[in-house]
Amino acid sequence: MTHLLPPEFFTATVPLNAYLILSAILFAIGACGFMFRKNIITIYMCIELMLNAVNLSFVTFSYQFGKVDGQIYSFFVMVVAAAEAAVGLAIILTIFRNRGTLQIDEIDTLKN
Amino acid sequence: MNPAAFYPTATDYLRFLPELILTIGGVLLLVLEALTGDNKDKSSLGYLAIAVVLGAMFAVPVALANPGTSFNGMIVSDGFAAFFRMVTLLVGLFTLLCSTSYLSREKANTGEFYLLVLFSLAGQGIMAASNELIMVFLGLEIASISSYVLAGFLRDDKRGSEAALKYFLLGSFATAFLLYGISWIYGVTGATNLVAIRESLAAGTSGNSMAVAAAALMLIGLAFKVSAAPFQAWAPDVYQGAPAPVSGFLSAGPKAAAFAIFLRIFQTSFESFSSRYEPVLWILALATMLVGNFSALWQSNVKRMLAYSSIAHAGYVLVAVTTNSNVGTAAAMFYLAAYALMNFGAFAAVTHLAGRGESHVTIDDLKGLASKQPVVAGLLTVCLLSLTGVPLTAGFFGKFYIFKAAIDNHLYWLSALGLLNSAIAAYYYLRILAAMYMHEPKTTDHPEPVPGGIQLTMWFSAAGILTLGVFPGLVLDYANRFATFVK
Amino acid sequence: MQLWLIPIFPLLGAALNGFTGRRTSQGIQSAIAVGSVLLSFLWVLNILLNSMPAPGAEIRESYFTWISSGNFSLSVDLVVDRLTAVMLLVVTGIGTLIHIYATSYMSHEGGFYRFFTYLNLFMFFMLVLVMSGNFLLLFVGWEGVGLCSYLLIGFYFLKKSASDAGKKAFIVNRIGDFGVLLAMLLLINTFGSLDFKTIADKVKTMPVELSAGILTAICLLLLLGAAGKSAQIPLYTWLPDAMEGPTPVSALIHAATMVTAGVYLCCRASALFEHAPIAQDTVAYIGLATAFFAATIGLVQNDIKKVYAYSTVSQLGFMFLAVGSGAYAAAIFHVVTHAFFKALLFLGSGSVIHALEGEQDMRHMGGLRGKLPITFFTLLMGALAIAGFPFFSGWYSKEAILSAAHAHSPWMFWVAALTAMMTAFYVFRTIWLTFFGEYKGHAHPHESPAAMWIPLAVLAVLSVVGGFLFNVPHFLEGVLPAHAHGHDMTLEIIGSSAGLLGIALSYLFYVASPGLADSFAESFSGLYNLVYNKYFVDEVYDAAVVHPLERTSRGFLWKFLDQNVIDEGMVHGASSGALGLGSLLRLLQGGVVRNYATWVVLGAVFIFSAFSLLGGAR
Repeated sequence: MTHLLPPEFFTATVPLNAYLILSAILFAIGACGFMFRKNIITIYMCIELMLNAVNLSFVTFSYQFGKVDGQIYSFFVMVVAAAEAAVGLAIILTIFRNRGTLQIDEIDTLKN
Repeated sequence: MNPAAFYPTATDYLRFLPELILTIGGVLLLVLEALTGDNKDKSSLGYLAIAVVLGAMFAVPVALANPGTSFNGMIVSDGFAAFFRMVTLLVGLFTLLCSTSYLSREKANTGEFYLLVLFSLAGQGIMAASNELIMVFLGLEIASISSYVLAGFLRDDKRGSEAALKYFLLGSFATAFLLYGISWIYGVTGATNLVAIRESLAAGTSGNSMAVAAAALMLIGLAFKVSAAPFQAWAPDVYQGAPAPVSGFLSAGPKAAAFAIFLRIFQTSFESFSSRYEPVLWILALATMLVGNFSALWQSNVKRMLAYSSIAHAGYVLVAVTTNSNVGTAAAMFYLAAYALMNFGAFAAVTHLAGRGESHVTIDDLKGLASKQPVVAGLLTVCLLSLTGVPLTAGFFGKFYIFKAAIDNHLYWLSALGLLNSAIAAYYYLRILAAMYMHEPKTTDHPEPVPGGIQLTMWFSAAGILTLGVFPGLVLDYANRFATFVK
Repeated sequence: MQLWLIPIFPLLGAALNGFTGRRTSQGIQSAIAVGSVLLSFLWVLNILLNSMPAPGAEIRESYFTWISSGNFSLSVDLVVDRLTAVMLLVVTGIGTLIHIYATSYMSHEGGFYRFFTYLNLFMFFMLVLVMSGNFLLLFVGWEGVGLCSYLLIGFYFLKKSASDAGKKAFIVNRIGDFGVLLAMLLLINTFGSLDFKTIADKVKTMPVELSAGILTAICLLLLLGAAGKSAQIPLYTWLPDAMEGPTPVSALIHAATMVTAGVYLCCRASALFEHAPIAQDTVAYIGLATAFFAATIGLVQNDIKKVYAYSTVSQLGFMFLAVGSGAYAAAIFHVVTHAFFKALLFLGSGSVIHALEGEQDMRHMGGLRGKLPITFFTLLMGALAIAGFPFFSGWYSKEAILSAAHAHSPWMFWVAALTAMMTAFYVFRTIWLTFFGEYKGHAHPHESPAAMWIPLAVLAVLSVVGGFLFNVPHFLEGVLPAHAHGHDMTLEIIGSSAGLLGIALSYLFYVASPGLADSFAESFSGLYNLVYNKYFVDEVYDAAVVHPLERTSRGFLWKFLDQNVIDEGMVHGASSGALGLGSLLRLLQGGVVRNYATWVVLGAVFIFSAFSLLGGAR
């Protein structure tokens, strides 16, 4: 394998900014997905994507500062996301039971 | 790090006592719920939860008696925290008092409801006392996740589950913004402690455009939580669909806690950005008042009208926040306390009057209430007059102080427009009053007796409203004393 | 001196009747209601007889500190100075009479105890309003009387027009209250106080270049509040509608006391108005315009209460004219005399309506002179007083206002004199149509019971001698800012003759015209002649005098301002006009989560761009 790629590939470091830009892109994809996707589960996954963008930036900064606290924060975020997932999926389940659909645009009885 | 300093001391726990009591009480209830049979009456768990909240209320002065930070500066026990702990606990107490009868009426009397309220209160307490952004996030999520469940607690109710879904999705969406802001501010300043962030920004990192963006992101998340326009859209749907006591809870408790962190974060950490966020808040405040009041004008569903009214009231509080001053903070504190009383009083009445399945929630259903149930009508009137801002009620002084603070800080136009808004607002409260007093009852059936808990709540709020309307100093002096933050 | 006892008696009365009214008899309820107000009146007399404050002095009682935040503190103060003394006597004195009257007038109506609960509550708030030592407590009374007025206008709530009228009054007043509230906040900001005395002292030492702008703003805002409460242009339209309430309410609240609160407020704030000449001129213009236009509208109304309602608006305009001309004492003088004769006119019209079993249209009245002799006589006294018949009470106060207007600017005097003539005309028109000619209705008129005519008699006496007996301007010397006016005999003669001319003209139109004279000669038998003449008079009157005026005043002002701007734009505007914005907001709230998220993102974009565009770090 090694001879297929130039040696610099294995020694050069990716600049930190790239991680941050990736995280911003992930966040934006998540936000756009929330606005444009129609399935509730997908929308929920978009939120998870946004949270993971946050995690990525936390870890990046943590690495930059050479401190561990940012990485610990990302664990907090994961735990909270897991709790949210439990509650969120339960809510989505009741929606499906009550209405038999997971299309977000059909959940619109509460309005002016 | 010095290990001795790392381990929490007894004082640390005392400063955190209200939340400890709530959490332990909540876990205890969880176990008891599992131990009692499925078909038993679970009201006793409700009474236990009330006892836990009362215990937490007694713990608030204990925490206040030990001012300072604990757990390495993550939690701060100061007068400001104690104030908002007390307000949210009061709202929680009202919620519990109103919900035992509500839940048995809706045949959903399970113990989980009570412990969810306790956990949510613990989260709100953490928000009120957090001195650090990760604690803010944790408190917010503890409070929110419990609230999502509470909103959809009546599982078989279509409206309830829709409310829960909307609340959950949009709430998580907004939290992601807040959290992203936290991560960036951490990236710029290397800190999550509010004071440390302030120092770092003052030392020169405030020129960093990422810091500005981080502040903007956090403002978005917080504006959503306080239901400021244009982030308010979730609130009417959620308050309308959620069970009535939960709507009351959501519109008063988490909102007060969200304002607490709003004030604390922006006044402690982001003061160097004040020239950027003050104009934005100016616009948000005005937009929130306009959207809330003008939408409320033509609602026929009382819960939805109260939801819009709660948005409008958030707008008034935002006026106080916009002043970015101690007077403004004190005014916001007073208003949120007054608002908790008057809004929950109104929701308590709605809880009772809605009837089984919440089928009677339009203004027409309130017709002739004054002759059918004069006491309920009278107490609701006190709450509505206070929401209108009539003198001798807490709501009047709330508005008075807010706009006084605004004028003191030269926000003349915002004050004038805000006061005009509150003049318009009188119209929709008047619609409810007119329905109650100036119409004959639609039906002649005998009204159901008012459950004790709801009665207690309504009497307490009405008494509180009138007391604060005559002696506003009782709360205002306290608010003035503790409206400053450790910097 | 236990000043707090004065307002507390009616409050206790309201509480007693409110809580026990369901179980007690009408007699007990009446005794509580009347007794509580009477006790207030006696206590006022006791205080004033024992220790009348000297001019410029005051009796002040401070009960507790209401607010103290930072450098600003305010206590709950009740104050009696000479201005308050005058108002107290009017409010409790007239209040007692009207309460007595109402016990009889309302005895056949449902909700007897509810009525007196509201009425006593009104008295409480009104007394708080006039006794307050600062703006905030005044505002408590101010809002309180508004609320009671709303409840009482909508008292016959099964009538839709009544509850609508109540709503209209409430909303219009809220607009005015907004002005007072904002003015108070600016006062705190400017003077650090809301206390009348402190502000009056500070404003004197304030340099002009600092004060001009802010004082003008404050005074204009106060004027907005006063215009709302005292039914001045452009906020006057609620008052004629307010006549949907029971007649004693019209007499007490919408003629004698509450509606004069705006005048009282301006007098209380006279120190401010004196330093804000632009605002003061505005007061004069608004007062004059209101007086004139309301009088023209009054000329053509057929509902007897509507005539008196527009007349009230017009008379309040006179008071504002006085305030604007700097003749505060004259304004208060007119408040007093107006309370006498307008309460009398309303109560008298109530007695007529009572006798005719609810008929209010003057075209179905007539010839009641013989059947209701006491009512006729007392009402005649009231009419003479309001018409400014020499040496009747209204004459004194109106002459004072007219001469003040002349000192301000002579053209105002002429307009005011013309208005005075119209006043005399329409008031006597009601007298002629009601009591002269032939009875055209179907009821069996009967004189009212003693509880109703005794208050009428007392008020009639006051209307006749009140101006001569109570020299209010002299009494208030040194209390309110005064500008020296010489007594100008010419002006007095012109003013008096305007009133007399009005009476004469209406006599000519309604009684003395040939056809009518014939019908009189044929001793009330010529029904045909009477109808004919009435028709004729109305035609001439419409074509020659009223129509041009009507087109402008009624057509423009009433139709356009009243119906379109106020009704549509402000009252319904609170619901329907706002629907423009409302339906936009409906779009924002379609129930679809993804759209909500879009709003969040749009808001985010807004906040981001604002943050990056707005100035750099401080």
